[in-house]
Amino acid sequence: MMRKLQIDSKYLPLLVTIVLFLGLYAFGVVQYRGFSSPQVFFNLLIDNAFLLITSIGMTFVILSGGIDLSVGAVIAFTTVLSAYMLEELGLSPIIVIPTVLLFGVTLGAVMGSIIHFFKVQPFIVTLAGMFFARGMCFVISTDAITISDPFYRALALYRIPILGKTFISINVVIVLVVLLAALYLAHLTRFGRTVYAIGGNQHSALLMGLPVARTKILVYTLNGFCSALAGVVFSIYMLSGYGLYTNGLELDAIASVVIGGTMLTGGVGYVIGTVFGVLIQGLIQTIIMFQGTLNSWWTKIVVGLLTLLFIGLQSAFASSRRTRMAARKAQPAAKVTPGAAKLASDVSQQG
Amino acid sequence: MADNSNILTMKGISKAFPGVQALDAVDFSLRSGEIHALLGENGAGKSTLIKVLTGVERQDRGVIELDGHEILAKSPHHAQTLGISTVYQEVNLCPNLSIAENILIGREPRFAGSIDWRRLNARAAQILEWLEIDVDVRQSVGMYPVAIQQMVAISRALEISARVLILDEPTSSLAAHETEKLFAVMRKLKSEGIGIIFITHFLAQVYEVSDRITVLRNGKLVGVFDTATLPRVELVARMIGRDLNELEEMSRYKQAAATLSQSSVVLQAKDFGRVGSIEPFDLDLHKGEVIGLAGLLGSGRTEMANLLFGVDKPDSGTLTVAGQRVEQHAPLRSIQAGMAYCPEDRKADGIVGDLTVRENIILALQASRGWFNHLNTAKQREIADKYIKLLNISTPTADQLVKNLSGGNQQKVILARWLATDPDILILDEPTRGIDIGAKAEIQKLVLTQANQGKSCIFISSELDEVLRTSHRVLVLRDNAVVVELAQDEMNERTIMHIIAGGES
Repeated sequence: MMRKLQIDSKYLPLLVTIVLFLGLYAFGVVQYRGFSSPQVFFNLLIDNAFLLITSIGMTFVILSGGIDLSVGAVIAFTTVLSAYMLEELGLSPIIVIPTVLLFGVTLGAVMGSIIHFFKVQPFIVTLAGMFFARGMCFVISTDAITISDPFYRALALYRIPILGKTFISINVVIVLVVLLAALYLAHLTRFGRTVYAIGGNQHSALLMGLPVARTKILVYTLNGFCSALAGVVFSIYMLSGYGLYTNGLELDAIASVVIGGTMLTGGVGYVIGTVFGVLIQGLIQTIIMFQGTLNSWWTKIVVGLLTLLFIGLQSAFASSRRTRMAARKAQPAAKVTPGAAKLASDVSQQG
Repeated sequence: MADNSNILTMKGISKAFPGVQALDAVDFSLRSGEIHALLGENGAGKSTLIKVLTGVERQDRGVIELDGHEILAKSPHHAQTLGISTVYQEVNLCPNLSIAENILIGREPRFAGSIDWRRLNARAAQILEWLEIDVDVRQSVGMYPVAIQQMVAISRALEISARVLILDEPTSSLAAHETEKLFAVMRKLKSEGIGIIFITHFLAQVYEVSDRITVLRNGKLVGVFDTATLPRVELVARMIGRDLNELEEMSRYKQAAATLSQSSVVLQAKDFGRVGSIEPFDLDLHKGEVIGLAGLLGSGRTEMANLLFGVDKPDSGTLTVAGQRVEQHAPLRSIQAGMAYCPEDRKADGIVGDLTVRENIILALQASRGWFNHLNTAKQREIADKYIKLLNISTPTADQLVKNLSGGNQQKVILARWLATDPDILILDEPTRGIDIGAKAEIQKLVLTQANQGKSCIFISSELDEVLRTSHRVLVLRDNAVVVELAQDEMNERTIMHIIAGGES
């Protein structure tokens, strides 16, 4: 009985997220005609593919106890660089895609190394990375560049039919592959477990002989890769590159991770939770669209409230754990020197 | 030359830090299947020896041999792979991971590159079962009490096939039955041929489990003894390197209580109390008098101190300090009225580790003068040097960072901080907790010499012998009330314990 309850408490934040998602979905289906169409759900995936990918990467960063503010800017830079290389330089996508991915990986690795070796706050380092990537966008082009590359166009327009009339895009397939890889990484590899360990207690992880340096750098590298890949997906989705794209997207990604039940202090959370975190945001947007009269900025307001709610939930869980621990510790608190306690109890028995 | 049964030999280990010779040609050896207590005062060199052994620090001179081969650990992790594992007082685990993961992370059983969770959990369960610990290995380790966490840390060490296990103050945060359990595990490991280095402040525990004792003092080896043949009094004498007579000498410092009752009353409480924290009590503190507060933790000792100093507001009675009735109960008032309060949790709040000894000492004095009335550096140095000398604080200079000092010396710095404000009334709550015998004696002596110079003191301690040694009168507390006041000729350990235990005297 006791055991079962304890297992539940570990998954509780994740459970809340999933229940919230299902509740919102049910609300939509009951309230609005046509909401029940599977295509509404698939559109959630199609429209949020880039956010899903970058949020999954962000999950690892936050699990390790860090933060990465550069992702929005890296996505924007990836779209601009891709568009520029494809259109202005006339390069083939076979060269362009690996190049932009390599850029993301390199920037991530550099930021990770600075964070680890110079012991600088991730907030500051990735803030610098953000400004750098955002600035580089406009070094390449101050205007939006439309992508007319036939391969990109084909990818963008290709529909993979599912269940008759409904469909998903290539981007959704990429998301699913990333998700599976991330789940495998987080739960079945030493890298993934080391990320959790570092988030739990970095000093302990080091004393346990875990490769802390390598893992931390890899986490930012992985996130760099994810944001560059999200950038590729976004350029396919938008068929253009522009330096003003995805402004503040890093905050959406962080909110998704938090709503997904991951602790901002690191060490606790699940990749799958993040997926639901993104989908909840998408769902709110869809509901507001279906509703028709509300301004789309209401999405932000609701997401803000949800983020607050989840942070509140997290600290509630954390403090309930602490009270439980304190209750266990309370027993030996009334401790005198062993001899005195013994003598005292002897005496009281006599009296 | 090498004794065959020795698994670990450390020969002529020396290590110097700026200003301190932490270790001076120390020898240490550990036999297989032995529990070896490593003892010494704070700052004797125990931690440095362990740090050298586990690769945290590197020795300047000396050789370490494990199983007859010379080793040089480059890091704690490297030491682990060599077979030397340490379990610290603050257990180094990842609280968010499961017990099984904490035992096996980095060495997880894998199948085709992925972690085999079933085998991982089974393996962890097997180890804990062998130690006779009944827990669910899939639960987060943070959910369990420190005692279990220590067992997990020990299990991890066993998993890495430790030959030498170092337990650094493992029993400090354990309850009595948990300590028993730990000792049972230690004996079990011993029977498997593992050598255990046991560091502790509790001498009773040393006699309970250890086979041999190595004593260090001031970075030098004092000697290696068989536990069975070393009387406890002699052990203490070896540790503090002084005659025990010094403790007895203390009575010389203590003035006869009779003369004190003639002197003026500096602090008088009448029917002074606060609902839910301490029942109304009467108290007369005379000039030059030390009043001890005895009682169990949570009996209202600290509450009484908080009330007297104005941390908490009273809801009944009156307080008169130096003839003036206190109207406004606040710490700042109390400080201005010549009181100083050294609270119980000063270890967390009292010491500013990144400031120097000098800065720490003048902190309270500067605060009471106001920040715009700055003490010049020369004056600061003069004050700091005076108290370093007076309290016998062992630091190379007044400009040493406080965090580099040992626990006992940090304690003295805090005392110096309050003494520097030249208070008439000193309230000390557990001033000797967690420091070694030598430093304890010095602090007790200091309280008495201060009293002889006309200062009054309220002295709170869990250690009865200490309360008895330093106080002229003792108030015994139980269940948030002062139960009885004992005059000097009525004070003895048995009576007090009787009262604490609930029988009326």
